[in-house]
Amino acid sequence: MSIRTYAEINARLRKGNAVVVTAEEVVSMVREQGLTETARQVDVVTTGTFAPMCSSGVYLNFGHSAPRVKGHRITLNDVPAYGGLAAVDTYLGATAVPEDDPLNSTHPGEFRYGGGHVIHDLVAGKPVKLRVIGYGTDCYPRREIETYVTLDDLNEVVLFNPRNAYQNYNVAVNLGDSTLYTYMGVLKPRLGNAHYSTSGQLSPLLKDPYFRTIGIGTRIFLGGGIGYVVWNGTQHFPSVREGPVKGSVFAAGGTLTVLGDLKQMSPQWLVGASFLGYGATLVVGIGVPIPILDEEVLRYTALSDAELYAPVMDYNKAYPQRLSETLGLVSYAELKSGTIKINGQNVPTASMSSYSKAREIAGILKEWLLGGEFLLSEPAQLLPSPHAGLVGKPLEIKGPKEC
Amino acid sequence: MTPKKVVLRFPAEVSDKPLIYYLVKDYNLMVNILKANINPHKQGTMIMELSGDKFDAGIAFLESRGVNVQPLSEEIVRNEDRCISCGACTAICPSGALFVERPAMTVRFDGGKCVVCQLCTRACPIRAMEVKF
Repeated sequence: MSIRTYAEINARLRKGNAVVVTAEEVVSMVREQGLTETARQVDVVTTGTFAPMCSSGVYLNFGHSAPRVKGHRITLNDVPAYGGLAAVDTYLGATAVPEDDPLNSTHPGEFRYGGGHVIHDLVAGKPVKLRVIGYGTDCYPRREIETYVTLDDLNEVVLFNPRNAYQNYNVAVNLGDSTLYTYMGVLKPRLGNAHYSTSGQLSPLLKDPYFRTIGIGTRIFLGGGIGYVVWNGTQHFPSVREGPVKGSVFAAGGTLTVLGDLKQMSPQWLVGASFLGYGATLVVGIGVPIPILDEEVLRYTALSDAELYAPVMDYNKAYPQRLSETLGLVSYAELKSGTIKINGQNVPTASMSSYSKAREIAGILKEWLLGGEFLLSEPAQLLPSPHAGLVGKPLEIKGPKEC
Repeated sequence: MTPKKVVLRFPAEVSDKPLIYYLVKDYNLMVNILKANINPHKQGTMIMELSGDKFDAGIAFLESRGVNVQPLSEEIVRNEDRCISCGACTAICPSGALFVERPAMTVRFDGGKCVVCQLCTRACPIRAMEVKF
C-alpha cells in the first residue's frame, strides 16, 4: 500500500520538512522502532558507492579548427579515443591505454595512465594534449592538429557510463599456487586473501533489489555532481533469492547506465586507477536516493550488512574459464570484519570499493535533499526487475553456418 | 634503547658467513630481520632492526667483515590527499602497517611498522603510496 508519492516527497523537500536518512542510518532506525513507524517517518533513504567501474567514459565535442579537420585518429594525453563519430565528436573510455604502453609484456604491467586518468585530469581542470589526425576531405582539409585543451575549452563533455553501480560482486580469491594480478587487485596464492568490491548496506542496487523506484530519469549523485540513470546497464540480469539465513537476501546482477555533465563534477569523486597486471580504469562515485513509497520499499533499504550476501569465486580457474561454480556465500558483515572462512581456512579480506567514501556520498546526497536543491525525479520507466527474467547470453565461438 | 633500522649490503664473498649469529652471540644485540635477499656467492641485502648496548661495536664488526651498513633512509609515505580508503593495499601489506580501522572503515598507515617492501606502491590502484629517499 502506497504511503507517499514523489510529488508529496518533493513538496516536503521544498518546504524543508522532509525526513532523509542514509542507508546506514535506516538500518538501526528500523531495528529500534520497527518498519511501520519508520515508514511513516522517513521520506527518502540515500545510498552510496565509490568503486572502480570499468564501463565508464566521456563523450565530448572539441570544436572546429580553421581549417576544419575530421577526426579519424584521436588521442587525449596520448590515450586513444574513438574516431568513428562526427568530425569533432569522440568518446574516451576509462580503460583505454596509450598505444606505446608496455601492457603486460613484462608481467604484471603497471598501466600507470589511461582513459580514467585523462577523465580525472579533465575534471580537475588540467590542460590535456589533444591530437587529431584526419585523412583530408574537401570539407575537412586539415590532416593534423596538436593542441592543449581544458574542460572549459570543450563544448560538451558528458560522462556516459554504460555499466556502473553493479548491484553485487564476486568475492575474489585465488586457489592456485601463484599470485594473480586482477581487476580485483593482487590475489595471493592458496587463499592468501579475499577481495570484494561493494559498499554492502550502502550499495544503491542492493537497497532496491526489485527496482521499485530506480528507472530511466532517476536523478542521482554522479562524480560529485548531478547525473541521471538513463537506462539499465549492460549485463543487467537482476535476480533475488533468500540468503543462507532466514530473512537475508542474495541479490545480484542489476546494473545502471548513468550520464551527467562532467563540467559540474569533481576530481574528488572521479579518480583514475591502475590495477597491476590488469589495466587502467576509473573510480566513480554514485549515490541514488530511494523514495520510501511504501513499507516494502523501506524493508529492503533497511537490510544490514549481516543480511546481505556475496558469492566467493576462484579467480585462478573458475572466473577466467567461465565456470559457474562458487565457493559459497558470505555476508558483508563477515567481509567487513576483516576475516572470512573458506574451506575451513581463515582468509583476510579487503575491499576495492571504499566504504568510508560511500558513506560520505550518502551523507552528501542527504544534505543536498535536505537543502531543497536536489529534488526526486519520478522515472519515465522503471528498470527491468528480477521478474523480467533477464539472463546473460554466453558468447559461443562458431562459423556463419552454425547461426 | 629503541631499535634502529639499518640496511646491510653483503659483498658476494661474505654472503655465506653467519655474521648475524655473531651479532647476537658476541655483541648481545637483539635482531629483527625485516627483509632479506641473501644468496651464496652473490651480493645480498638485508633490512633489520637492531638494538642493544653494543650497537656501535656490532656495526663496527660488520664493517670490518666488508658489510656496508647504512641507516634505512628509504621510507614509504602515503599521499593523504590521493588515498581513497578502499583497502586494496591492506591484505597485501606483510607487516600490518596498512590496515583498516573499524568501524570507520578508513585505511590507516603506521609508518613505524613499515618494512619498505614497496608492495603497496604497485598494489595501490590510485598510486597513493610513494617511496621517499
